[in-house]
Amino acid sequence: MHIEVDIHKTLRSNGRDFTLDVKFACDDDLGVVFGPSGAGKSLTLRAIAGLEKPDYGRIVVGGKVLFDSMAGIDVRANARAVGYLFQDYALFPHLNVEENIGFGVKRWWERKLSANAARRVAELLDLFELRGLNKAHPVQLSGGQRQRVALARALIRRPDLLLLDEPFAALDPLLRERMRAELVAMRGLFKVPMLAITHDPEDVSVLAETVIVLSHGRVEKVVDVKTAPYRDGEGRVSEESIRGLLTGMDKADPPPIPRKAIRAVK
Amino acid sequence: MVPLLLTLKVAGWATLLATLFGIAIAFAVARLRFPGREVVDAMMTLPMVMPPTVLGYYLLVLVGRRGVIGAWLNDTLGISLVFTWQGAVIAAAVVAFPLVYKAARAAFEGVERQYEQAARVLGKSEFEVFLRITLPLAWRGILAGSMLAFARALGEFGATLMVAGSLPGRTQTLSIAVYEAVQAGKDDVANFLVVVTSIVCISILLASGRLLQPRYAN
Repeated sequence: MHIEVDIHKTLRSNGRDFTLDVKFACDDDLGVVFGPSGAGKSLTLRAIAGLEKPDYGRIVVGGKVLFDSMAGIDVRANARAVGYLFQDYALFPHLNVEENIGFGVKRWWERKLSANAARRVAELLDLFELRGLNKAHPVQLSGGQRQRVALARALIRRPDLLLLDEPFAALDPLLRERMRAELVAMRGLFKVPMLAITHDPEDVSVLAETVIVLSHGRVEKVVDVKTAPYRDGEGRVSEESIRGLLTGMDKADPPPIPRKAIRAVK
Repeated sequence: MVPLLLTLKVAGWATLLATLFGIAIAFAVARLRFPGREVVDAMMTLPMVMPPTVLGYYLLVLVGRRGVIGAWLNDTLGISLVFTWQGAVIAAAVVAFPLVYKAARAAFEGVERQYEQAARVLGKSEFEVFLRITLPLAWRGILAGSMLAFARALGEFGATLMVAGSLPGRTQTLSIAVYEAVQAGKDDVANFLVVVTSIVCISILLASGRLLQPRYAN
């Protein structure tokens, strides 16, 4: 999945300016935008989803131009075919698990889901082990269950790209480990390209093929972590090398960036 | 019993009108950014602080036979609102409107934007987001407001008297009937009407209090 982001936006609050000036391209199916809080990660992700309008720039996802200020293109959020996993999931509190998952495939004039849509909801309930909880409301669910519902709700529409906003930040550490593994398994099943934002090096080591390091609203570097020295013998990215990315002091010399995978621009 | 039934009819229609307009205008003020938003907000709240007789006078100027809207209604449709129960509905709706409007605005502002955004990302149009997310999540607050509006409309006196008068069986609502009964020295009638009104109002307050309790809290 080819993603191209080149956006600029100035936010003003309490007399202080924040300027987002982010430009990167990513050809891997697993991208992680990594950086401390306040670096502009959320804003970037929201702009890709169409929830935030950049002052100017261009956003391309898989060959579709979603935003291009020069050409006057600004595809509405509801037409972008992009999935979004909110940090605290944003499950609809007035709908039960089944209705939450089916929300995106039910038209407003329909009283019930179409047979096809109902089958997909049932499939996802099974897949995410939510069978017995289909009538439960979000308040009755545990953190892990909520995340599964949110994932199922996003995946039912088969999005071109799944955006994840700090996917594990709302979970306790023990559960975090398990949900990471679950997400990787799901990703293998659905083959959906993902772009996550996180400030947690652990997330990077599990989810990233390409890391986009962000700080103060700018892209510091774009790193391909598919190969050594970032990956150890078991194909896992070592956390230490990831931590090095954040501080800007790599423990290991970064490998030359393959042209094919990354067109990073600073 | 005639004043009670008439009052329920008038208050019912007035509440319906106030609720529909209240939802529409409250949503616009809560969600859209347009110049003069605060002015609109103040105007919409005005009927709550103005004396009902003053409101009634304004209404007469507007919908009276020589009024701006009234003359047009009379000439083109042959409708006259003054001294009719429909006129009483208009008067009660205007007086009760701010109660729905205020409640609806607070309810809409209490709906987390993230739910609406989540629905948008799931492919839903603005209309559908409103219908399936915003309105259901704000519904209890709006309903509590319309119940208060109903109670207010039941007790409406000043504006109704100005616009619709006090024609027994046609425009004489409960509160006006109570006044007339006391004036005429019919204490038994007055007592009966007062007890009926009190029971209805207390039940409404209790019900709307229950609606305002949060529902989806953890």
